[in-house]
Amino acid sequence: MYEIIDKRELCEKVHQFKIKVPHLVNKARAGQFVILRQDENGERVPMSIGGLDRENGILTVVIQEVGKTSGAMNRMKTGDHFADVVGPLGLPSHIEKFGNCVCIGGGVGIPPIRPIAQALKDAGNHVTTIIGARSKNLLIFEQELKEASHELKISTDDGSYGTHGFVTTILQKMIDDGEQIDMVIAIGPVPMMKAVVNTTREPKIKTFVSLNPIMVDGTGMCGACRVTVGGKTKFACVDGPDFDGHEVDFEEMTKRMKMYTRYEKQAYDKFLEDDHCRLAKAAAELEKENM
Amino acid sequence: MSETPEKKKLTTKERMQLPRNVMPEQNPKERVKNFKEVPYGYTAELAMAEAERCIMCPKPKCITGCPVEVDIPGFIKMVSEGKFVEAAQKIKETNALPAICGRVCPQEEQCESVCVLGKKYKPVAIGYLERFVADYEREQGKIEVPKLPLSTGKKVAVVGSGPAGLTVAADLAQMGHKVVIYEALHKTGGVLIYGIPEFRLPKSIVASEVDYLKKLGVEVHTSFVVGKLDTVDELFESGFDAVFVGTGAGLPNFMKIEGENLNGVYSANEFLTRSNLMAAYDFPSHDTPIFVGKNVAVLGGGNTAMDSVRTSLRLGAENGYIVYRRSRKEMPARIEEIHHAEQEGVQFHFLTNPVRYIGNEDGWVTGMECIKMELGEPDASGRRRPIPIEGSNFVLPVDTVVVAVGNSSNPLIPQTTPGLETNKWGNIVVNEKTMMTSRPGLFAGGDIVTGGATVILAAGAGKVAARAIHKYVMGIPFDEENKEETEQAAKAE
Ligand SMILES: Cc1cc2nc3c(=O)[nH]c(=O)nc-3n(C[C@H](O)[C@H](O)[C@H](O)COP(=O)(O)OP(=O)(O)OC[C@H]3O[C@@H](n4cnc5c(N)ncnc54)[C@H](O)[C@@H]3O)c2cc1C
Ligand SMILES: Cc1cc2nc3c(=O)[nH]c(=O)nc-3n(C[C@H](O)[C@H](O)[C@H](O)COP(=O)(O)OP(=O)(O)OC[C@H]3O[C@@H](n4cnc5c(N)ncnc54)[C@H](O)[C@@H]3O)c2cc1C
Ligand code: SF4
Ligand code: SF4
Ligand code: FES
Repeated sequence: MYEIIDKRELCEKVHQFKIKVPHLVNKARAGQFVILRQDENGERVPMSIGGLDRENGILTVVIQEVGKTSGAMNRMKTGDHFADVVGPLGLPSHIEKFGNCVCIGGGVGIPPIRPIAQALKDAGNHVTTIIGARSKNLLIFEQELKEASHELKISTDDGSYGTHGFVTTILQKMIDDGEQIDMVIAIGPVPMMKAVVNTTREPKIKTFVSLNPIMVDGTGMCGACRVTVGGKTKFACVDGPDFDGHEVDFEEMTKRMKMYTRYEKQAYDKFLEDDHCRLAKAAAELEKENM
Repeated sequence: MSETPEKKKLTTKERMQLPRNVMPEQNPKERVKNFKEVPYGYTAELAMAEAERCIMCPKPKCITGCPVEVDIPGFIKMVSEGKFVEAAQKIKETNALPAICGRVCPQEEQCESVCVLGKKYKPVAIGYLERFVADYEREQGKIEVPKLPLSTGKKVAVVGSGPAGLTVAADLAQMGHKVVIYEALHKTGGVLIYGIPEFRLPKSIVASEVDYLKKLGVEVHTSFVVGKLDTVDELFESGFDAVFVGTGAGLPNFMKIEGENLNGVYSANEFLTRSNLMAAYDFPSHDTPIFVGKNVAVLGGGNTAMDSVRTSLRLGAENGYIVYRRSRKEMPARIEEIHHAEQEGVQFHFLTNPVRYIGNEDGWVTGMECIKMELGEPDASGRRRPIPIEGSNFVLPVDTVVVAVGNSSNPLIPQTTPGLETNKWGNIVVNEKTMMTSRPGLFAGGDIVTGGATVILAAGAGKVAARAIHKYVMGIPFDEENKEETEQAAKAE
């Protein structure tokens, strides 16, 4: 059992968990991930490492509610326990002295960018980080990334904060301005990573993306996480999660991620219904008390 | 109590002519709708009747057919006398997992294949008897924890909790060593828990083996991936005197043909893991989903293929096909599994091999283009090599495919353990007498050494390794194989 020592909402449907797992934290490197299981009947869900406090042995993960399991996890509280925290899984991000690095994060891809930016900075690179969200109130980890990078640039789709547009609007401008970029790493929703890769393809900038296909064991045993990279099948959980973005078959990956949509919807609808009942009951009880 | 009434004393010849006792089992029509175990097992009466058939050969052939040399006539005699618990203990002298082996050993290729009765009649049902006594011992709550010797103060780490790891752990704990098991998944048992389905091997049996280990003082850490959390070297540094690696052959093979990454195409490992380990058959009560369409093709002819196709029927498939590139004769699956699959309505396409998958716009598999094969000259495995027949292509409409064409070894431990020798298939190389690897104090056994094999071979390797590990940590030289016995004999004189 793994205790949640701090849990808070960062923005709508996105929650941050701090979990005490000293051994894992001690071993983990930027770019790796963990697998969480909430309870005995729970699914094994992969989550990126959003922070490693080695001194106190604390792991940070940030979970966005997209379905039943992530929804149930986000309803856990400080002091609750996960049945399992497995890791560190996957290969660490490739860290070396590239020169000028651009780290790009979108949505819940922003937290895992932090340890990577930090590691690149520690390796002597100049790190510019670009983070983006739909709107200002959905932007997370701004302060953390300001600290982890030399420069932080922000975009919002609706223009409520930072540059009006997408992370690629900023990246494209940097390229157009003739800024020297030696390496890009992008983590976020598939359309965002695809857009980044398309932006850097022409100017031939080395670009890594961190893939998040459906996984089960996360140790190379099942092959659920297969992705096509450079025409070859790779297992993202052991060969990745980082890959050369220009080689990734995003179209196939997008389709594979929809394999269980029907079941996921069924489970999520039922979860929301139960949740609704639970909330209604709690409200009714509260009302009774107040009468 | 053991005296059999005079009238029942049969001559050897009469015994040999007794018919083999059939094990009662669930009706095929019913059982394809549930995950309950197919055979019910012998009753005490049936077991004693079956034991009566064994003619107690003075030089029992059957023992030579068993990879761990279970004293077969020895335990069968006890069964015939109604001493079931003693019989179970007799088996356990060489095989730590009789309830499991009785169910999953390929008896028709091992012990039962050489039983003398088999020449003229049907062999003694050794597997059924083994299963019966082990079940009897467990169900009667007769499993006793032996008195453990004084602690030796030595610590051994066991990586992986499949049959190899479980056996090593049990044996070493009973020799007084401290044993800690590290298992990557959240449940112990290896293939026994994530691969072999409930209808063939109830999970409660595997769980009771693990409980037994815990009673012997073995510590179990699940969700611990060695090589990621601690490496083998770090285990040594943290104070283990020896390490055993029993990580199995967990890397699924694919055929590397067009369309293999379409939705609906599974590896058998994923398909079975979802259903068994994650209990996807119980979705949405359990959270992990599984997809099974109307027409399910399973590629391969081994136990894994049979398990997959029978699982698919239980999950609601209308047609379950086995697509195998050789003929029925070459199928490596246990005969009983093939027979059960047939009874349950599985359709076999022999001498057939897929060449590509056909998908729709959304990326789902809709068909499998196959080619017919014929058998040519024998290949390295001694089986006749299948050769494609040109122009014989046809399309089989399918919406789910399960690829069950074998596993390779997971490279994680070799990759993270400098100086560990492997062969060209990535299997760990060991000295077969001791199971020690190229690294002193580091032992290995089971599928990680042999490639995908059998439960009893993995358990047998565990036995050999446990004896060698004991010597290694106690500083007894390996080559003085019989020193202890010789010394004891000398003392006795
Ligand atoms: C390496 C990796 C790192 C990830 N990091 C994060 C993270 O830091 N924060 C975060 O919020 N999410 C992260 N994810 C995604 C997260 O695992 C899924 O959102 C989660 O599993 C959804 O489960 P659910 O039951 O709530 O949703 P579901 O209703 O089951 O599914 C919603 C969608 O999530 C995806 N998904 C479903 N099951 C899995 C699975 N077992 N593995 C991966 N994706 C799945 C599918 O595309 C699906 O359409 C990561 C995924 C991977 C592979
Ligand atoms: C579906 C299926 C059906 C089968 N049916 C039969 C049958 O009927 N009869 C028969 O005799 N044989 C059968 N077999 C074969 C048999 O199950 C195997 O030969 C046997 O389980 C091998 O045992 P093992 O201990 O070597 O490894 P496994 O059973 O594979 O166990 C290895 C364990 O090590 C763990 N592990 C791996 N890497 C690490 C790591 N880095 N750190 C920690 N833990 C790790 C794995 O998670 C796993 O739990 C079947 C196999 C399959 C897949
Ligand atoms: S362990 Fe297997 S091979 Fe040996 S006697 Fe038992 S069933 Fe037969
Ligand atoms: S060979 Fe057959 S008959 Fe002879 S001892 Fe073995 S089981 Fe009994
Ligand atoms: S998740 Fe099973 S192999 Fe990657």
